[in-house]
Amino acid sequence: MRTTFIDELVHLAEQDKRIWLVCGDLGYSVLEAFANRFPERYVNAGVAEQNMTGVAAGLALMGKTVFTYSIANFPVMRCLEQIRNDVCYHNLNVKIVAVGGGLAYGSHGYTHHGVEDLAVMAAMPNLMVAAPGDPLEARAITRIIASRPGPAYLRLGKAGEPVLHPADLVVEYGKAIVRCEGHDLTLISIGSMLANTLSARDKLTEAGYSVRVLSMPFIVPLDEDAIHAAVTETGVILTVEEHGVGGLGAAVGECIARFGKAATFVPLRLGRSPIKTSGTQEQLRDLQGLSASGIARSAVDALQQRSSSSQSLGKFVKFQPEQTRE
Amino acid sequence: MRQDVEELKGMARMLRAHALRMVHRSRASHLGSCLSVADIVACLYWNTLRIDPAQPDWPERDRFILSKGHAAAIVYAALAERGFFPVDELKTYCELGSRLTGHITSGVPGVEVSTGSLGHGLPIACGMAFAAKRDHLPSRTVVLASDGELDEGSNWEAILFAPQHELDHLLLVVDYNKIQSFGRVSEVLELAPLADKFRAFRWAVREVDGHNISQLAETFAAIPFEAGKPSVVVANTVKGKGVSFMEDDLAWHYKSPSEEQLAGAIRELEQSA
Repeated sequence: MRTTFIDELVHLAEQDKRIWLVCGDLGYSVLEAFANRFPERYVNAGVAEQNMTGVAAGLALMGKTVFTYSIANFPVMRCLEQIRNDVCYHNLNVKIVAVGGGLAYGSHGYTHHGVEDLAVMAAMPNLMVAAPGDPLEARAITRIIASRPGPAYLRLGKAGEPVLHPADLVVEYGKAIVRCEGHDLTLISIGSMLANTLSARDKLTEAGYSVRVLSMPFIVPLDEDAIHAAVTETGVILTVEEHGVGGLGAAVGECIARFGKAATFVPLRLGRSPIKTSGTQEQLRDLQGLSASGIARSAVDALQQRSSSSQSLGKFVKFQPEQTRE
Repeated sequence: MRQDVEELKGMARMLRAHALRMVHRSRASHLGSCLSVADIVACLYWNTLRIDPAQPDWPERDRFILSKGHAAAIVYAALAERGFFPVDELKTYCELGSRLTGHITSGVPGVEVSTGSLGHGLPIACGMAFAAKRDHLPSRTVVLASDGELDEGSNWEAILFAPQHELDHLLLVVDYNKIQSFGRVSEVLELAPLADKFRAFRWAVREVDGHNISQLAETFAAIPFEAGKPSVVVANTVKGKGVSFMEDDLAWHYKSPSEEQLAGAIRELEQSA
Protein backbone atom coordinates (compact mmCIF):
# COMPACT_ATOMS: atom_id res chain seq x y z
CA MET A 1 0.00 0.00 0.00
CA ARG A 2 2.79 2.44 0.84
CA THR A 3 4.30 1.91 -2.61
CA THR A 4 0.94 2.51 -4.26
CA PHE A 5 0.51 5.60 -2.12
CA ILE A 6 3.83 7.15 -3.08
CA ASP A 7 3.36 6.28 -6.77
CA GLU A 8 0.01 8.02 -6.73
CA LEU A 9 1.33 10.99 -4.75
CA VAL A 10 4.16 11.53 -7.25
CA HIS A 11 1.60 11.35 -10.04
CA LEU A 12 -0.65 13.89 -8.30
CA ALA A 13 2.26 16.19 -7.46
CA GLU A 14 3.22 16.32 -11.12
CA GLN A 15 -0.15 17.89 -11.82
CA ASP A 16 -0.55 19.96 -8.66
CA LYS A 17 2.33 22.17 -7.63
CA ARG A 18 0.77 22.80 -4.23
CA ILE A 19 1.44 19.27 -3.03
CA TRP A 20 4.23 18.94 -0.46
CA LEU A 21 5.52 15.97 1.50
CA VAL A 22 6.91 16.34 5.03
CA CYS A 23 8.24 13.26 6.76
CA GLY A 24 9.38 12.50 10.27
CA ASP A 25 12.72 10.93 9.36
CA LEU A 26 11.07 7.73 8.15
CA GLY A 27 10.26 6.45 4.68
CA TYR A 28 13.50 4.74 3.63
CA SER A 29 13.11 3.08 0.21
CA VAL A 30 9.63 4.59 -0.16
CA LEU A 31 9.77 8.39 -0.18
CA GLU A 32 12.86 8.75 -2.38
CA ALA A 33 10.56 8.66 -5.41
CA PHE A 34 8.98 11.93 -4.29
CA ALA A 35 12.06 13.49 -2.70
CA ASN A 36 14.20 13.05 -5.80
CA ARG A 37 11.49 14.21 -8.18
CA PHE A 38 10.34 17.26 -6.16
CA PRO A 39 13.17 18.26 -3.80
CA GLU A 40 11.74 21.77 -3.49
CA ARG A 41 8.46 20.37 -2.14
CA TYR A 42 9.89 17.77 0.18
CA VAL A 43 11.34 18.10 3.66
CA ASN A 44 12.49 15.65 6.28
CA ALA A 45 11.49 17.38 9.51
CA GLY A 46 13.56 15.04 11.63
CA VAL A 47 12.47 12.94 14.57
CA ALA A 48 10.21 15.76 15.69
CA GLU A 49 6.58 15.08 14.94
CA GLN A 50 5.14 18.04 16.82
CA ASN A 51 7.18 20.45 14.73
CA MET A 52 6.52 18.36 11.60
CA THR A 53 2.79 18.83 12.07
CA GLY A 54 3.08 22.50 13.01
CA VAL A 55 5.25 23.12 9.95
CA ALA A 56 2.67 21.32 7.82
CA ALA A 57 -0.02 23.62 9.22
CA GLY A 58 2.11 26.67 8.45
CA LEU A 59 2.73 25.47 4.90
CA ALA A 60 -0.99 24.82 4.46
CA LEU A 61 -1.77 28.33 5.71
CA MET A 62 0.44 29.53 2.84
CA GLY A 63 -1.65 27.61 0.32
CA LYS A 64 0.07 24.23 0.18
CA THR A 65 -1.52 20.78 0.30
CA VAL A 66 0.76 19.01 2.73
CA PHE A 67 1.15 15.29 3.35
CA THR A 68 2.86 14.34 6.61
CA TYR A 69 4.27 10.84 6.71
CA SER A 70 5.59 8.53 9.37
CA ILE A 71 4.88 5.09 10.77
CA ALA A 72 2.12 3.76 13.02
CA ASN A 73 1.45 6.11 15.96
CA PHE A 74 4.25 8.60 15.40
CA PRO A 75 2.45 11.05 13.07
CA VAL A 76 -0.75 10.71 15.13
CA MET A 77 -0.23 10.58 18.86
CA ARG A 78 3.09 12.32 19.40
CA CYS A 79 1.60 15.38 17.75
CA LEU A 80 -2.08 14.95 18.52
CA GLU A 81 -2.53 18.44 19.90
CA GLN A 82 -0.95 19.91 16.77
CA ILE A 83 -3.40 17.83 14.73
CA ARG A 84 -6.32 19.03 16.83
CA ASN A 85 -5.46 22.71 17.23
CA ASP A 86 -3.25 23.59 14.29
CA VAL A 87 -4.63 21.33 11.56
CA CYS A 88 -8.23 20.40 12.35
CA TYR A 89 -9.36 23.54 14.18
CA HIS A 90 -8.06 25.64 11.28
CA ASN A 91 -9.50 23.14 8.76
CA LEU A 92 -6.24 23.08 6.82
CA ASN A 93 -5.11 21.03 3.84
CA VAL A 94 -2.91 18.73 5.85
CA LYS A 95 -3.12 15.02 5.09
CA ILE A 96 -1.64 12.80 7.79
CA VAL A 97 -0.36 9.47 6.51
CA ALA A 98 0.59 6.59 8.83
CA VAL A 99 2.08 3.46 7.35
CA GLY A 100 2.04 0.20 9.23
CA GLY A 101 -1.38 0.75 10.78
CA GLY A 102 -2.86 -1.93 13.02
CA LEU A 103 -0.51 -4.81 13.76
CA ALA A 104 1.59 -4.46 10.60
CA TYR A 105 4.69 -4.03 12.78
CA GLY A 106 3.65 -7.14 14.67
CA SER A 107 6.88 -8.37 16.18
CA HIS A 108 8.21 -4.85 16.85
CA GLY A 109 6.10 -4.68 19.97
CA TYR A 110 3.23 -2.59 21.28
CA THR A 111 4.99 0.77 20.81
CA HIS A 112 4.69 0.11 17.08
CA HIS A 113 1.11 -1.17 17.08
CA GLY A 114 -1.18 1.47 15.63
CA VAL A 115 -4.32 0.24 17.28
CA GLU A 116 -5.96 3.31 18.81
CA ASP A 117 -5.51 5.71 15.89
CA LEU A 118 -8.98 5.38 14.38
CA ALA A 119 -10.68 6.16 17.69
CA VAL A 120 -8.43 9.12 18.35
CA MET A 121 -8.64 10.54 14.85
CA ALA A 122 -12.38 9.97 14.49
CA ALA A 123 -12.84 12.29 17.46
CA MET A 124 -11.08 15.22 15.75
CA PRO A 125 -13.15 17.99 14.15
CA ASN A 126 -13.19 18.42 10.35
CA LEU A 127 -10.97 15.36 9.81
CA MET A 128 -11.65 12.76 7.14
CA VAL A 129 -10.49 9.38 8.47
CA ALA A 130 -9.74 6.57 6.04
CA ALA A 131 -8.10 3.15 6.08
CA PRO A 132 -8.05 1.47 2.67
CA GLY A 133 -8.52 -2.28 2.34
CA ASP A 134 -6.18 -2.97 -0.56
CA PRO A 135 -3.79 -1.16 -2.91
CA LEU A 136 -6.61 -0.14 -5.27
CA GLU A 137 -8.52 1.49 -2.44
CA ALA A 138 -5.28 3.14 -1.30
CA ARG A 139 -4.73 4.66 -4.72
CA ALA A 140 -8.30 5.91 -5.04
CA ILE A 141 -8.37 7.36 -1.53
CA THR A 142 -5.02 9.11 -1.99
CA ARG A 143 -6.65 10.86 -4.96
CA ILE A 144 -9.72 11.71 -2.91
CA ILE A 145 -7.84 13.21 0.02
CA ALA A 146 -5.54 15.19 -2.28
CA SER A 147 -8.45 16.70 -4.17
CA ARG A 148 -10.85 17.42 -1.30
CA PRO A 149 -10.08 20.51 0.74
CA GLY A 150 -9.53 20.08 4.47
CA PRO A 151 -7.61 17.74 6.71
CA ALA A 152 -7.49 13.97 6.33
CA TYR A 153 -5.98 10.95 8.00
CA LEU A 154 -4.87 7.98 5.91
CA ARG A 155 -3.99 4.74 7.67
CA LEU A 156 -2.05 2.46 5.36
CA GLY A 157 -0.73 -1.07 5.71
CA LYS A 158 2.85 -1.73 4.79
CA ALA A 159 3.85 -3.34 1.52
CA GLY A 160 2.84 -6.37 -0.46
CA GLU A 161 -0.85 -6.48 0.39
CA PRO A 162 -2.93 -8.38 -2.17
CA VAL A 163 -5.24 -6.62 -4.61
CA LEU A 164 -8.75 -7.61 -3.54
CA HIS A 165 -10.92 -5.67 -5.96
CA PRO A 166 -11.44 -5.76 -9.71
CA ALA A 167 -9.26 -3.28 -11.57
CA ASP A 168 -12.22 -1.06 -12.44
CA LEU A 169 -12.95 -0.35 -8.76
CA VAL A 170 -14.70 2.95 -8.11
CA VAL A 171 -14.30 4.46 -4.65
CA GLU A 172 -16.59 7.29 -3.66
CA TYR A 173 -15.87 9.68 -0.82
CA GLY A 174 -17.55 8.50 2.36
CA LYS A 175 -19.05 5.42 0.75
CA ALA A 176 -18.69 1.76 1.59
CA ILE A 177 -17.71 -0.62 -1.18
CA VAL A 178 -20.10 -3.55 -1.57
CA ARG A 179 -17.55 -6.28 -2.23
CA CYS A 180 -20.06 -9.17 -2.14
CA GLU A 181 -23.81 -9.29 -1.84
CA GLY A 182 -25.64 -11.51 0.65
CA HIS A 183 -28.71 -11.66 2.88
CA ASP A 184 -27.93 -13.71 6.02
CA LEU A 185 -25.37 -11.40 7.53
CA THR A 186 -23.05 -8.50 6.74
CA LEU A 187 -19.34 -8.37 7.47
CA ILE A 188 -18.06 -4.79 7.54
CA SER A 189 -14.29 -4.52 7.26
CA ILE A 190 -12.01 -1.53 7.59
CA GLY A 191 -8.43 -1.31 6.38
CA SER A 192 -6.35 -4.35 5.69
CA MET A 193 -8.71 -6.72 7.51
CA LEU A 194 -10.47 -7.01 4.16
CA ALA A 195 -8.39 -10.02 3.07
CA ASN A 196 -9.27 -12.08 6.14
CA THR A 197 -12.86 -10.92 5.96
CA LEU A 198 -13.17 -12.17 2.38
CA SER A 199 -11.59 -15.50 3.36
CA ALA A 200 -14.06 -15.76 6.23
CA ARG A 201 -16.84 -15.11 3.75
CA ASP A 202 -15.60 -18.02 1.62
CA LYS A 203 -15.77 -20.33 4.65
CA LEU A 204 -19.26 -19.12 5.54
CA THR A 205 -20.42 -19.51 1.96
CA GLU A 206 -19.18 -23.10 1.99
CA ALA A 207 -21.19 -23.62 5.16
CA GLY A 208 -24.27 -22.43 3.33
CA TYR A 209 -24.60 -18.83 4.48
CA SER A 210 -25.25 -15.88 2.23
CA VAL A 211 -22.78 -13.19 3.34
CA ARG A 212 -22.58 -9.54 2.35
CA VAL A 213 -19.13 -7.97 2.64
CA LEU A 214 -18.70 -4.23 2.86
CA SER A 215 -15.26 -2.72 2.72
CA MET A 216 -15.68 0.49 4.66
CA PRO A 217 -12.52 2.52 4.17
CA PHE A 218 -14.03 5.72 5.58
CA ILE A 219 -14.84 5.82 9.27
CA VAL A 220 -15.38 9.57 8.93
CA PRO A 221 -17.63 10.27 7.14
CA LEU A 222 -19.41 7.01 7.82
CA ASP A 223 -21.66 5.46 5.18
CA GLU A 224 -24.77 5.31 7.31
CA ASP A 225 -26.97 4.31 4.38
CA ALA A 226 -24.93 1.15 3.81
CA ILE A 227 -25.23 0.28 7.52
CA HIS A 228 -28.98 0.94 7.55
CA ALA A 229 -29.34 -1.28 4.49
CA ALA A 230 -27.33 -4.03 6.18
CA VAL A 231 -29.60 -3.85 9.24
CA THR A 232 -32.75 -3.94 7.17
CA GLU A 233 -31.66 -6.51 4.63
CA THR A 234 -29.45 -8.88 6.66
CA GLY A 235 -30.22 -8.21 10.34
CA VAL A 236 -26.83 -9.53 11.53
CA ILE A 237 -23.75 -7.34 11.38
CA LEU A 238 -20.15 -7.97 12.36
CA THR A 239 -17.51 -5.27 12.13
CA VAL A 240 -13.93 -6.41 11.58
CA GLU A 241 -11.03 -4.15 12.44
CA GLU A 242 -7.41 -4.34 13.44
CA HIS A 243 -7.98 -1.78 16.17
CA GLY A 244 -9.01 -1.55 19.81
CA VAL A 245 -12.06 0.10 21.33
CA GLY A 246 -13.61 3.18 19.80
CA GLY A 247 -13.04 2.41 16.14
CA LEU A 248 -15.32 1.04 13.45
CA GLY A 249 -17.30 -1.05 15.93
CA ALA A 250 -18.14 1.98 18.02
CA ALA A 251 -19.09 4.04 14.97
CA VAL A 252 -21.26 1.33 13.44
CA GLY A 253 -22.81 0.46 16.81
CA GLU A 254 -23.83 4.08 17.34
CA CYS A 255 -25.21 4.23 13.83
CA ILE A 256 -27.32 1.09 14.40
CA ALA A 257 -28.55 2.37 17.76
CA ARG A 258 -29.60 5.69 16.24
CA PHE A 259 -31.30 3.88 13.36
CA GLY A 260 -33.57 2.29 15.95
CA LYS A 261 -34.18 -1.03 14.23
CA ALA A 262 -33.24 -4.26 15.95
CA ALA A 263 -30.14 -6.02 14.77
CA THR A 264 -27.65 -8.56 15.99
CA PHE A 265 -24.37 -6.73 16.14
CA VAL A 266 -20.91 -8.07 17.02
CA PRO A 267 -17.90 -5.78 16.91
CA LEU A 268 -14.78 -7.87 16.26
CA ARG A 269 -11.76 -5.96 17.41
CA LEU A 270 -8.60 -6.19 19.46
CA GLY A 271 -8.76 -6.58 23.22
CA ARG A 272 -8.10 -3.68 25.51
CA SER A 273 -4.74 -4.78 26.84
CA PRO A 274 -1.50 -4.13 24.96
CA ILE A 275 -0.28 -7.17 23.02
CA LYS A 276 2.99 -8.05 24.69
CA THR A 277 3.81 -11.19 22.79
CA SER A 278 5.94 -11.25 19.68
CA GLY A 279 4.49 -12.55 16.45
CA THR A 280 3.81 -11.78 12.83
CA GLN A 281 0.82 -9.66 11.93
CA GLU A 282 -1.16 -12.75 10.97
CA GLN A 283 -0.21 -14.65 14.13
CA LEU A 284 -1.26 -11.75 16.33
CA ARG A 285 -4.51 -11.39 14.42
CA ASP A 286 -5.17 -15.07 15.04
CA LEU A 287 -4.53 -14.66 18.78
CA GLN A 288 -7.09 -11.87 18.82
CA GLY A 289 -9.76 -13.82 16.96
CA LEU A 290 -9.23 -11.94 13.73
CA SER A 291 -7.99 -14.73 11.48
CA ALA A 292 -10.36 -15.82 8.71
CA SER A 293 -11.39 -18.79 10.86
CA GLY A 294 -11.86 -16.61 13.91
CA ILE A 295 -14.08 -14.19 12.02
CA ALA A 296 -16.08 -17.08 10.53
CA ARG A 297 -16.52 -18.66 14.00
CA SER A 298 -17.78 -15.39 15.46
CA ALA A 299 -20.15 -15.01 12.53
CA VAL A 300 -21.62 -18.49 13.06
CA ASP A 301 -22.01 -17.76 16.79
CA ALA A 302 -23.84 -14.55 15.98
CA LEU A 303 -26.13 -16.30 13.50
CA GLN A 304 -26.91 -19.04 16.02
CA GLN A 305 -27.62 -16.57 18.80
CA ARG A 306 -29.80 -14.65 16.41
CA SER A 307 -31.83 -17.71 15.51
CA SER A 308 -32.13 -18.83 19.15
CA SER A 309 -33.48 -15.44 20.21
CA SER A 310 -36.79 -13.99 19.11
CA GLN A 311 -36.67 -13.47 15.38
CA SER A 312 -38.88 -10.43 15.62
CA LEU A 313 -36.96 -8.60 18.34
CA GLY A 314 -33.35 -9.27 17.52
CA LYS A 315 -30.74 -8.19 20.04
CA PHE A 316 -27.25 -6.92 20.58
CA VAL A 317 -24.98 -9.89 21.12
CA LYS A 318 -22.72 -9.51 24.08
CA PHE A 319 -19.12 -9.02 23.05
CA GLN A 320 -16.95 -11.97 23.99
CA PRO A 321 -15.02 -11.48 27.25
CA GLU A 322 -11.61 -9.81 26.98
CA GLN A 323 -9.77 -12.50 28.93
CA THR A 324 -10.45 -15.14 26.33
CA ARG A 325 -8.79 -13.01 23.70
CA GLU A 326 -5.54 -11.88 25.32
CA MET B 1 3.59 52.25 8.34
CA ARG B 2 6.12 54.14 10.43
CA GLN B 3 5.47 56.17 13.55
CA ASP B 4 7.88 58.17 15.66
CA VAL B 5 8.82 56.92 19.09
CA GLU B 6 6.51 59.28 21.01
CA GLU B 7 3.57 58.19 18.90
CA LEU B 8 4.45 54.54 19.46
CA LYS B 9 4.61 55.13 23.21
CA GLY B 10 1.15 56.69 22.99
CA MET B 11 -0.11 53.63 21.11
CA ALA B 12 1.32 51.32 23.77
CA ARG B 13 -0.44 53.34 26.51
CA MET B 14 -3.68 53.15 24.57
CA LEU B 15 -3.35 49.39 24.12
CA ARG B 16 -2.70 48.97 27.84
CA ALA B 17 -5.83 50.98 28.63
CA HIS B 18 -7.90 48.89 26.21
CA ALA B 19 -6.64 45.63 27.74
CA LEU B 20 -7.37 46.86 31.28
CA ARG B 21 -10.93 47.84 30.36
CA MET B 22 -11.58 44.65 28.36
CA VAL B 23 -10.36 42.34 31.11
CA HIS B 24 -12.17 44.36 33.78
CA ARG B 25 -15.45 44.37 31.87
CA SER B 26 -15.44 40.63 31.20
CA ARG B 27 -13.91 39.63 34.55
CA ALA B 28 -11.25 37.86 32.51
CA SER B 29 -7.55 37.33 33.26
CA HIS B 30 -3.99 37.46 31.84
CA LEU B 31 -3.54 41.22 32.30
CA GLY B 32 0.06 40.85 33.44
CA SER B 33 0.85 39.02 30.19
CA CYS B 34 -0.85 41.70 28.09
CA LEU B 35 0.93 44.59 29.79
CA SER B 36 4.26 42.78 29.48
CA VAL B 37 4.04 42.83 25.66
CA ALA B 38 2.25 46.17 25.13
CA ASP B 39 5.35 47.97 23.86
CA ILE B 40 6.36 45.04 21.63
CA VAL B 41 2.86 44.79 20.15
CA ALA B 42 2.65 48.55 19.56
CA CYS B 43 6.02 48.52 17.84
CA LEU B 44 5.12 45.54 15.66
CA TYR B 45 1.70 46.82 14.56
CA TRP B 46 2.62 50.48 14.04
CA ASN B 47 6.20 50.16 12.90
CA THR B 48 7.45 46.75 11.88
CA LEU B 49 4.76 44.58 10.29
CA ARG B 50 3.93 45.09 6.61
CA ILE B 51 0.19 44.52 6.76
CA ASP B 52 -2.83 46.20 5.22
CA PRO B 53 -6.13 46.31 7.11
CA ALA B 54 -7.89 46.94 3.79
CA GLN B 55 -6.60 43.62 2.44
CA PRO B 56 -6.03 41.27 5.39
CA ASP B 57 -5.29 38.41 2.94
CA TRP B 58 -2.69 40.29 0.87
CA PRO B 59 -0.35 37.42 -0.10
CA GLU B 60 2.86 39.37 0.43
CA ARG B 61 1.97 40.58 3.91
CA ASP B 62 4.07 39.78 6.95
CA ARG B 63 2.57 37.08 9.17
CA PHE B 64 2.31 37.61 12.91
CA ILE B 65 1.52 34.78 15.32
CA LEU B 66 0.78 35.42 18.96
CA SER B 67 2.00 32.13 20.36
CA LYS B 68 1.18 33.20 23.91
CA GLY B 69 -2.47 33.23 22.91
CA HIS B 70 -3.65 34.25 26.38
CA ALA B 71 -2.44 37.81 25.69
CA ALA B 72 -5.25 38.05 23.14
CA ALA B 73 -6.83 41.21 24.56
CA ILE B 74 -3.90 43.46 23.71
CA VAL B 75 -3.55 42.07 20.18
CA TYR B 76 -7.29 42.43 19.54
CA ALA B 77 -6.92 46.04 20.72
CA ALA B 78 -4.03 46.60 18.31
CA LEU B 79 -5.94 45.05 15.40
CA ALA B 80 -8.99 47.18 16.13
CA GLU B 81 -6.96 50.37 16.44
CA ARG B 82 -5.12 49.49 13.21
CA GLY B 83 -8.50 49.28 11.48
CA PHE B 84 -9.02 45.54 11.01
CA PHE B 85 -12.38 45.73 12.82
CA PRO B 86 -14.35 48.37 14.76
CA VAL B 87 -12.81 49.48 18.06
CA ASP B 88 -16.28 49.32 19.59
CA GLU B 89 -16.22 45.51 19.17
CA LEU B 90 -13.52 45.31 21.86
CA LYS B 91 -16.35 45.74 24.37
CA THR B 92 -17.59 42.26 23.45
CA TYR B 93 -14.33 40.56 24.51
CA CYS B 94 -15.18 37.22 26.16
CA GLU B 95 -18.92 37.92 25.99
CA LEU B 96 -21.49 35.39 24.76
CA GLY B 97 -21.57 35.34 20.97
CA SER B 98 -18.40 37.39 20.53
CA ARG B 99 -15.68 36.24 18.16
CA LEU B 100 -13.15 37.80 20.53
CA THR B 101 -12.48 34.76 22.71
CA GLY B 102 -10.08 34.78 25.63
CA HIS B 103 -7.36 33.05 23.64
CA ILE B 104 -6.63 34.50 20.23
CA THR B 105 -8.80 33.08 17.48
CA SER B 106 -8.51 33.16 13.72
CA GLY B 107 -11.58 34.41 11.94
CA VAL B 108 -11.06 37.72 13.69
CA PRO B 109 -9.76 39.95 10.88
CA GLY B 110 -5.97 40.19 11.09
CA VAL B 111 -5.50 37.09 13.24
CA GLU B 112 -3.47 34.53 11.28
CA VAL B 113 -3.59 31.61 13.71
CA SER B 114 -5.59 30.54 16.76
CA THR B 115 -3.42 29.69 19.72
CA GLY B 116 -3.95 29.08 23.40
CA SER B 117 -2.12 25.88 24.10
CA LEU B 118 1.52 26.88 24.37
CA GLY B 119 4.34 25.87 22.07
CA HIS B 120 2.34 25.90 18.84
CA GLY B 121 3.22 29.25 17.28
CA LEU B 122 6.86 28.71 16.35
CA PRO B 123 6.42 25.43 14.45
CA ILE B 124 3.57 26.95 12.42
CA ALA B 125 5.68 30.02 11.79
CA CYS B 126 8.49 27.78 10.54
CA GLY B 127 6.09 26.31 7.98
CA MET B 128 4.97 29.77 6.89
CA ALA B 129 8.53 31.07 6.64
CA PHE B 130 9.57 27.95 4.75
CA ALA B 131 6.78 28.38 2.20
CA ALA B 132 7.58 32.08 1.80
CA LYS B 133 11.24 31.24 1.22
CA ARG B 134 10.55 28.52 -1.35
CA ASP B 135 7.99 30.76 -3.10
CA HIS B 136 10.38 33.75 -3.04
CA LEU B 137 7.82 35.92 -1.22
CA PRO B 138 9.10 39.01 0.60
CA SER B 139 6.91 38.17 3.62
CA ARG B 140 8.46 37.95 7.05
CA THR B 141 7.00 35.75 9.79
CA VAL B 142 7.02 37.06 13.33
CA VAL B 143 6.19 35.05 16.45
CA LEU B 144 5.69 36.44 19.92
CA ALA B 145 6.24 33.76 22.54
CA SER B 146 6.37 33.79 26.31
CA ASP B 147 9.31 32.63 28.36
CA GLY B 148 7.20 30.03 30.15
CA GLU B 149 6.17 28.43 26.90
CA LEU B 150 9.80 27.74 26.05
CA ASP B 151 9.38 24.81 28.46
CA GLU B 152 7.47 23.09 25.65
CA GLY B 153 9.59 20.63 23.67
CA SER B 154 7.79 21.51 20.44
CA ASN B 155 9.55 24.89 20.50
CA TRP B 156 12.95 23.26 20.67
CA GLU B 157 12.08 21.04 17.73
CA ALA B 158 11.28 24.22 15.80
CA ILE B 159 14.40 25.95 17.13
CA LEU B 160 16.41 23.11 15.53
CA PHE B 161 14.39 23.29 12.30
CA ALA B 162 14.59 27.01 11.52
CA PRO B 163 18.40 27.33 11.18
CA GLN B 164 18.58 23.99 9.35
CA HIS B 165 16.50 25.54 6.60
CA GLU B 166 18.07 29.01 6.89
CA LEU B 167 14.73 30.68 7.62
CA ASP B 168 16.14 34.18 7.83
CA HIS B 169 12.77 35.85 7.30
CA LEU B 170 11.63 34.39 10.61
CA LEU B 171 11.69 36.49 13.78
CA LEU B 172 10.97 35.10 17.23
CA VAL B 173 10.37 37.61 20.01
CA VAL B 174 10.57 36.17 23.51
CA ASP B 175 8.65 38.07 26.17
CA TYR B 176 11.18 37.37 28.91
CA ASN B 177 9.42 38.63 32.02
CA LYS B 178 10.76 35.76 34.12
CA ILE B 179 7.38 34.77 35.56
CA GLN B 180 5.43 31.77 34.29
CA SER B 181 1.99 30.51 35.23
CA PHE B 182 2.78 29.12 38.64
CA GLY B 183 6.10 30.56 39.67
CA ARG B 184 9.28 32.36 38.67
CA VAL B 185 11.08 30.90 35.67
CA SER B 186 14.21 30.50 37.78
CA GLU B 187 12.29 28.36 40.25
CA VAL B 188 10.34 26.24 37.75
CA LEU B 189 12.60 25.53 34.77
CA GLU B 190 15.45 28.01 34.50
CA LEU B 191 16.00 29.27 30.96
CA ALA B 192 19.20 31.24 31.60
CA PRO B 193 21.45 31.67 29.77
CA LEU B 194 18.67 32.05 27.23
CA ALA B 195 20.51 34.05 24.57
CA ASP B 196 23.39 31.56 24.70
CA LYS B 197 20.97 28.69 24.20
CA PHE B 198 19.71 30.29 21.00
CA ARG B 199 23.28 30.99 19.84
CA ALA B 200 24.14 27.35 20.43
CA PHE B 201 21.16 26.42 18.27
CA ARG B 202 22.53 28.63 15.44
CA TRP B 203 20.13 31.57 15.74
CA ALA B 204 21.12 35.23 15.40
CA VAL B 205 20.30 36.77 18.78
CA ARG B 206 19.70 40.28 20.10
CA GLU B 207 18.86 41.10 23.69
CA VAL B 208 16.82 44.25 24.27
CA ASP B 209 14.81 46.13 26.86
CA GLY B 210 11.32 45.03 25.86
CA HIS B 211 9.88 48.33 27.05
CA ASN B 212 12.31 50.59 25.16
CA ILE B 213 10.33 51.33 22.04
CA SER B 214 13.11 52.98 20.05
CA GLN B 215 15.39 50.02 20.76
CA LEU B 216 12.64 47.59 19.76
CA ALA B 217 11.94 49.47 16.53
CA GLU B 218 15.62 49.59 15.57
CA THR B 219 16.10 45.93 16.39
CA PHE B 220 13.04 44.71 14.50
CA ALA B 221 14.09 46.81 11.50
CA ALA B 222 17.44 45.00 11.42
CA ILE B 223 16.12 41.49 10.66
CA PRO B 224 17.63 39.30 9.45
CA PHE B 225 20.40 39.99 11.92
CA GLU B 226 22.58 37.57 9.95
CA ALA B 227 21.92 36.28 6.44
CA GLY B 228 20.88 32.64 6.47
CA LYS B 229 19.96 32.55 10.15
CA PRO B 230 16.62 32.96 11.90
CA SER B 231 16.49 35.94 14.25
CA VAL B 232 15.45 35.96 17.88
CA VAL B 233 14.93 38.96 20.10
CA VAL B 234 15.15 38.18 23.79
CA ALA B 235 13.06 41.04 25.14
CA ASN B 236 13.63 41.63 28.83
CA THR B 237 10.26 42.69 30.14
CA VAL B 238 8.33 43.17 33.36
CA LYS B 239 5.07 41.31 33.77
CA GLY B 240 2.28 43.83 34.38
CA LYS B 241 4.48 46.71 33.12
CA GLY B 242 2.92 50.17 33.33
CA VAL B 243 0.65 49.66 36.34
CA SER B 244 2.72 49.82 39.52
CA PHE B 245 0.61 47.45 41.60
CA MET B 246 0.54 44.83 38.86
CA GLU B 247 4.25 44.81 38.03
CA ASP B 248 6.28 41.63 38.57
CA ASP B 249 3.39 39.94 40.36
CA LEU B 250 2.20 36.44 39.44
CA ALA B 251 -1.27 37.21 40.82
CA TRP B 252 -2.05 39.44 37.80
CA HIS B 253 -1.79 36.45 35.54
CA TYR B 254 -5.15 35.53 37.02
CA LYS B 255 -6.84 38.50 38.68
CA SER B 256 -9.34 40.85 37.18
CA PRO B 257 -9.21 44.46 38.43
CA SER B 258 -11.98 45.96 40.56
CA GLU B 259 -13.54 49.33 39.62
CA GLU B 260 -11.11 51.08 41.95
CA GLN B 261 -8.12 49.19 40.66
CA LEU B 262 -9.12 49.94 37.08
CA ALA B 263 -9.47 53.63 37.83
CA GLY B 264 -6.09 53.66 39.58
CA ALA B 265 -4.44 51.83 36.69
CA ILE B 266 -5.88 54.18 34.05
CA ARG B 267 -4.81 57.17 36.16
CA GLU B 268 -1.25 55.85 36.26
CA LEU B 269 -1.22 55.38 32.50
CA GLU B 270 -2.49 58.93 31.96
CA GLN B 271 0.11 60.35 34.33
CA SER B 272 2.88 58.54 32.47
CA ALA B 273 1.94 60.30 29.22
